[in-house]
Amino acid sequence: MKISMDIELQDIPGQLVRALQPISDSGGNIVSVVHHHDKMTPSGRIPVQLVVELDEQRLERLVTALVDRGVTVVRTGEERLKESMVVLLIGHIVHSDLRETIDRIDRTGFAEVVALSLSMPSVHEESSASVTISAIGEHELREALHILERTAREKGIMVIAPI
Amino acid sequence: MSMQSNVKTVRISIIGFGYVGAGLAEVIRRKRAELTGTYGLDLRIVGIADLNGIFIDEHGLDESDLLKLRSGAKEWERPAGMTTLKLIKELDHEVMVETTPTNVETGQPGLLHISTALESGRHVVTSNKGPLALEYSRLTDLAAAQARALKYEATVGGAMPLISLIRDNLAGNGVLSIQGILNGTCNYILTRMAEEGLPYEHVLKEAQELGYAEADPSSDVKGVDTAVKLVILANSVFGMNATYKDVEVTGITAITPDALKLADDAGYVIKLIGEVGRAGCLKVRPRLVPKDDPLNVSGTLNVATIKTDLAGDITIIGKGAGPIEAASAILADIISIYR
Repeated sequence: MKISMDIELQDIPGQLVRALQPISDSGGNIVSVVHHHDKMTPSGRIPVQLVVELDEQRLERLVTALVDRGVTVVRTGEERLKESMVVLLIGHIVHSDLRETIDRIDRTGFAEVVALSLSMPSVHEESSASVTISAIGEHELREALHILERTAREKGIMVIAPI
Repeated sequence: MSMQSNVKTVRISIIGFGYVGAGLAEVIRRKRAELTGTYGLDLRIVGIADLNGIFIDEHGLDESDLLKLRSGAKEWERPAGMTTLKLIKELDHEVMVETTPTNVETGQPGLLHISTALESGRHVVTSNKGPLALEYSRLTDLAAAQARALKYEATVGGAMPLISLIRDNLAGNGVLSIQGILNGTCNYILTRMAEEGLPYEHVLKEAQELGYAEADPSSDVKGVDTAVKLVILANSVFGMNATYKDVEVTGITAITPDALKLADDAGYVIKLIGEVGRAGCLKVRPRLVPKDDPLNVSGTLNVATIKTDLAGDITIIGKGAGPIEAASAILADIISIYR
């Protein structure tokens, strides 16, 4: 499952690597790391938000390992896809393998296509689709949109994104 | 002393007497009393030149008489030996108004008219996008060197005072980005397609019959017109040295009624949006606009949202085209020269 963790690190070099090591050691996959240098805590520590793919049963051991290394674990919880965006596609969407286009987003681990609505006037005409993408954060949502735009360009499909 | 002594005579030439040039003549005729009373200006059209001919009167041509040229009730003439360039150079006047049609490839003939006028010591007010989109810095440098004004509010957003809003009223603000609908033809077509579920081709024909789209609509519907306006904004507001080639452009010709329906279901409309930001990327492309966003204006209206560091977002909506609307922007430019 996808787990988000808010941790705090001492403001000295090498701390982030020290904190990430136990995650790989416990078989976890790091999805996203956001460093909040600008939001230093009163005690002079740096908040970091992590999103990790990890077997839930290993979470407790991971937290212990982090604490042993001097990392403050403020919060852990299941990560939800918080940010959503609707994007329209126009073109030969079905012929150009819609499944594959969606897969490229789903494979990221931080974003998914959660809804799809397709309108096909006839087999040979261009079709239109609205795609809802959800992601764990705003930054990840923008990244997912870039992936979609790149894929669409390759396939000659027009992407209409929100302002 | 009577007020009369405070009135300054400003002699104007209008180069290109199409619907915008004629609109200006009409507006000057209509506003004569206010121009002298409120602004202390006696605007006199001393020369007009067009492909069809030339009229000159150093004491001022009669606007009502000039307007008959447009209805065909008056015949064009051309004084022997007189040319447009000769008029610009030799006829005594203060302001040259350039309203010939836009050519985005060469900028001509407007480019030559404008540089000749500046070199001859005239202030220049124009609605012609081509010269500014192609040679913005050369023309503004020339104007500065000659200590003459070069004003072009009418080139972007028609009646919407976008450039002067940013330059004058938002002075001191840093502009982060401008996003907007700068082409009324595209907005009309997308609005009608969305409202009636009609295909693009059908609505385009309707727009042509109503005079909202030209016989050759490609410059509008392919996004070229929006891109050119964006270049003028990029150069004048963000100090870039951009040209049309720097703009990533997608038009509206591929938009389907199905796509508009899907957008509607999701709470959006589709609009052709031009955008330029500090980072320097210039883009014209169809975008989803939330129905409750101020950029969602319908029909032929234009709109722009200016994102600033102090004032936040400012949105301005107005008529993007029409002879009187364009003349409004030109008149305001002329008045601003003498403030």
